[in-house]
Amino acid sequence: MASPTVFMPPRHYLNDGYGIKSWLLTRDHKRIALLYLASVTFFFFLGGAMAVLIRLELATPVGDLVTDETYNKLFTMHGVMMVFFFLIPAIPSVLGNFLVPIMIGAKDLAFPKLNLASWYIYVIGATFTTYSLVTGGLDTGWTFYTPFSTVASSSNVISAALGIFITGFSSILTGLNFIVTIHRMRAPGMTWFRMPLFMWSIYATSLIMVLGTPVVAITIVLVAAERLFHFGFFDPRVGGDPVLFQHLFWFYSHPAVYIMILPAMGVISELVAAFCRKQVFGYKFVAFASVAIAVLGFLVWGHHMFVAGISVYAALVFSILSFLVAVPSAVKVFNWTATMYKGSVSWQTPMLYAIGFIGLFTIGGLTGLFLAAVGLDVHVTDTYFIVAHFHYIMVGGTIMGYLGGLHYWWPKISGRLYNEFLAKISAAIIFVGFNLTFFPQFILGYLGMPRRYHAYPPEFQVLNVLSSAGASILGVGYLLPMIYLMWSLRYGRIAGSNPWGAVGLEWTTTSPPPTENFAETPIVTWEAYDYQAPVEHHVA
Amino acid sequence: MSSHILPKRVYYTIFAILLFCTYLTVQIAFLDLGALNTVAALGIATFKATIVVLFFMHVKYSTRLTWAVVLGSVFWLGILLALTMTDYLTRVWRHYG
Amino acid sequence: MSHDAAAHHEAHHPALAHHFDSLAQQSEATTLGMWVFLVTEVLFFGGLFATYMIYRSWYPDAFAAASHELDVTLGTINTVVLITSSLTMALAVHAAQLGQRKLLMTFLILTMILGGVFLGIKSVEYYHKFAEHHVPGPDFQFEKEYIRHAQLFFSLYFVMTGLHALHMIIGIGIMLVMLWWSWNGTITEEYSSPIEISGLYWHFVDIVWIFLFPLLYLIGRHAH
Repeated sequence: MASPTVFMPPRHYLNDGYGIKSWLLTRDHKRIALLYLASVTFFFFLGGAMAVLIRLELATPVGDLVTDETYNKLFTMHGVMMVFFFLIPAIPSVLGNFLVPIMIGAKDLAFPKLNLASWYIYVIGATFTTYSLVTGGLDTGWTFYTPFSTVASSSNVISAALGIFITGFSSILTGLNFIVTIHRMRAPGMTWFRMPLFMWSIYATSLIMVLGTPVVAITIVLVAAERLFHFGFFDPRVGGDPVLFQHLFWFYSHPAVYIMILPAMGVISELVAAFCRKQVFGYKFVAFASVAIAVLGFLVWGHHMFVAGISVYAALVFSILSFLVAVPSAVKVFNWTATMYKGSVSWQTPMLYAIGFIGLFTIGGLTGLFLAAVGLDVHVTDTYFIVAHFHYIMVGGTIMGYLGGLHYWWPKISGRLYNEFLAKISAAIIFVGFNLTFFPQFILGYLGMPRRYHAYPPEFQVLNVLSSAGASILGVGYLLPMIYLMWSLRYGRIAGSNPWGAVGLEWTTTSPPPTENFAETPIVTWEAYDYQAPVEHHVA
Repeated sequence: MSSHILPKRVYYTIFAILLFCTYLTVQIAFLDLGALNTVAALGIATFKATIVVLFFMHVKYSTRLTWAVVLGSVFWLGILLALTMTDYLTRVWRHYG
Repeated sequence: MSHDAAAHHEAHHPALAHHFDSLAQQSEATTLGMWVFLVTEVLFFGGLFATYMIYRSWYPDAFAAASHELDVTLGTINTVVLITSSLTMALAVHAAQLGQRKLLMTFLILTMILGGVFLGIKSVEYYHKFAEHHVPGPDFQFEKEYIRHAQLFFSLYFVMTGLHALHMIIGIGIMLVMLWWSWNGTITEEYSSPIEISGLYWHFVDIVWIFLFPLLYLIGRHAH
C-alpha cells in the first residue's frame, strides 16, 4: 500500500550539494553511509576474488594452482578482508549510519564530524592492509597466531596488523557515536521500548565494539612490539606464553562475531514485522536477547582454544558458557517464527532473504552448539566443519541480512524501486549457490579434511568440486544485485515515502529523506510495529 | 555534571589524601608483609583511583548512566582478568621455562 | 520575556551544533561520549594489565629483581607530579565553570607544565635504562639467574609506560587546544564542557599511572 501520491521530493540529501567536496567533506550521516557502502562493497569483492582463487585451487586434490605459501596468503587475505573490512563494518556503518538518526527521530548522529572521521580511518586502515597484500601478502591466517606471526613468518605482518589496528578505531568511534546518539537524541515520545528492534541490535553491537575492540588493538600492539623490538610477550624463549596471545585475541574476536550477526538479526526483526504486517512477537524478549547476546558473548572466547593448551577446567567453564549464549539467539528465532504465524505474509525479496536467514542461521547456530561440546570439538576443530559453521552464520546469516536490509531500505535510500523479478531470481541463485558451496564442507570436515590446506586426499574431491561449483553460482548471485540496484538509481520506478506500507519513523519522511531527515521533529505516540492502527496514522 | 560546581576545598582535601596515600604505599612497599604487600599496593591504588573518579571526575554527582559506564568498564576488565585466570590458575603443568 | 530571550540566545549560541536542541543536551552528549571513550581506554590498557598479571604470577622473583632496577625516587616524584597536575586540572575546570578566564588559563598552563615535567623525568629514566642495558633485545644484560624473565618485565615496562607517555603527550596537545579556546573566548561560563571533558581524559591518564607506579616500581622492595 504505497502513499497516495508517489513523488520524488525536489530537495533531498542526495542533491543537497554537488561535487566531490560535498561528499568527501560531508557531515550528513546518510551520505557517510553511502561512502561506507562504496568502500565495503569494494572490499567484499576483493575478499571474494580471494575466495574464487581458493575454490579454484581446491577443485583438484593436488596443490597445483598456487604454491603453499601463496595459498596461505590467499586464505589469510580472504579472512582479513571479509572479517575486518566487510562483515564488521557493513550493516552498522551502512544501514546503521543511515537509519539510526531517522529511526529515533533525530537530525543526525551525536558526533557527525567524528562519523566522517570514522570513514576516513576505515579507508586508511584498509588501504594499509591492502598495501601489505599487494607487496607480498600475509600468511598467518586472519587469526595471527603466535609464535608464527611474531617470530617465524616472513610476510607483511606489521603493515597488515597496523591496518587492522587503525580500522579498529573506526569501529570504536562508530559504536561510541551510536551509543551516545541512542541515549541522548531520541525524539520526544521515543522511549526505549518504542524503538525499532534494529536500534536495540545496533545498540548491543555498539557495546561490543566499544568494549572488545580495544583489547585486539593492544594485542596487535604487542605482536608488533614483539616483531619489531623483540619484546618477548608471547615468546617461550624468554618465558612468554603463545597461548596468551590467543586469550587476548579471542577476547575480542569472539564478540566480534556477534558484531557481525547482531545487526543482521536486527534487520530480520524489521523485515519480518514489515512483511508479516505484525508486531514482532515478544518485543521485549527480542530486545533483551540482543543485549544478552552482547554480554554473554564476552564470556565464551575459550571455545576457540579447546585444543590450544588451556587447562581442561577452563575448557569446561567456557563450554558451559558457550551453551548458554545460544539461548538468546534461539529466543529470537522462535520469536520471528511466531511473528510469521497468523501474519499477513507477503513474499517480496526482503522477506525471501529473511526466511533464508532464519533457516541458514539456525543451521549455523546449531552446529555452533555441537562445537561448544568439547568432546566433539576436539575431533572437528581445524577441519572444514568449522569453516562450514562460520560461513553458514556469516554468509547465510549476516550477508543475507545485509542484502535483505539493503533491498528493504533501498527505496528509502535512493527514492527508487529495484526490479523485483530480478531481485527474486538473485535471491534464489544466492540461496542455491550458498548451500551448494558450504553444505558439502560440513561433510568434508566431519570426514576429516583439515582447513587451510590446499592439497587433500583424492577421496575428498567430489565434495570439493561440488563446493567450488556452488561458489561460482554464489559469485554470480552476488554480482546481480550490484547490477540491478545501480540500474535502478537511474531507471527505477519512483518509490514514494512508504512503498512497503510499513510502520516506522523512516517511512514517515520522504524517499530520499531531506538532509535534516524530517521537516519537523516527530513526536512519537505509537508503539513499535503498531500495525493495528491504520498506516496513515503514522505518516507525518 | 556541568551544573554541579564543587567547592575548591574539596579538591585540596582530595589532593592531600592522594599525596598521603602515595607516601603510604611507598613506605609499605619497604616492609615485608609477604602476600599482603601486593594486596596493600593494589588496595591503596584502587582507593586513590576511586577518589579521583568520584571527586576530580565528578562521578559522585553524576547521572546513573555515568555510574553504569564507569562500573561497566571495571566489570568488563574484570571479565578479561578473571576468565583468563581460569586457565592460568588451573594449569597442572608449569609455565614455560 | 527574559526566558524567551534566554532561549532565543541559546538557540543561536555559537557553540550549539545544529543537530542538538540545547546546550544542555549537547553537553550531556559530549560528556557521555568522553566517558564511553574512556571505557575503551580501560580495556586498551587492560590487556596490558592482564599480560602483566600473568607473567608476574609466573616469575615473581625475576619481576622483583627487575623492579629494583627502577628508580623509586623518580617514580614517586612523578606520581606526585601527576597527582598535582590532576589538582590543577580540577581547578581549571572549576575556573571555567565560574567564567574565570585568567585563572582557567593559569591552571591549564600549570597542568601542561606538570605534564611536561613528568615526561622529562620519564625520559631521564628511559635514558638510564638504555645506559644500563635494560632494554630487551640482543643488548640486554642482567644477572644470570633472572636474565630471561627480566626481559619480560622490561618489555612490559617499556610498552606500558610508553603507551602511558603517549597518552600524556596527546593530553598536553588537548590542553594546548583548550588554552587556545580559553584565550579566544570560545570557553564561557555557559560553555565550559570542553574543559570538563578534557579534564576527564587527563584524570584518566593520571589513574593509569596510579596503578602503574606500584605495579612496576614497588615489587618486593622490602628485600633490598
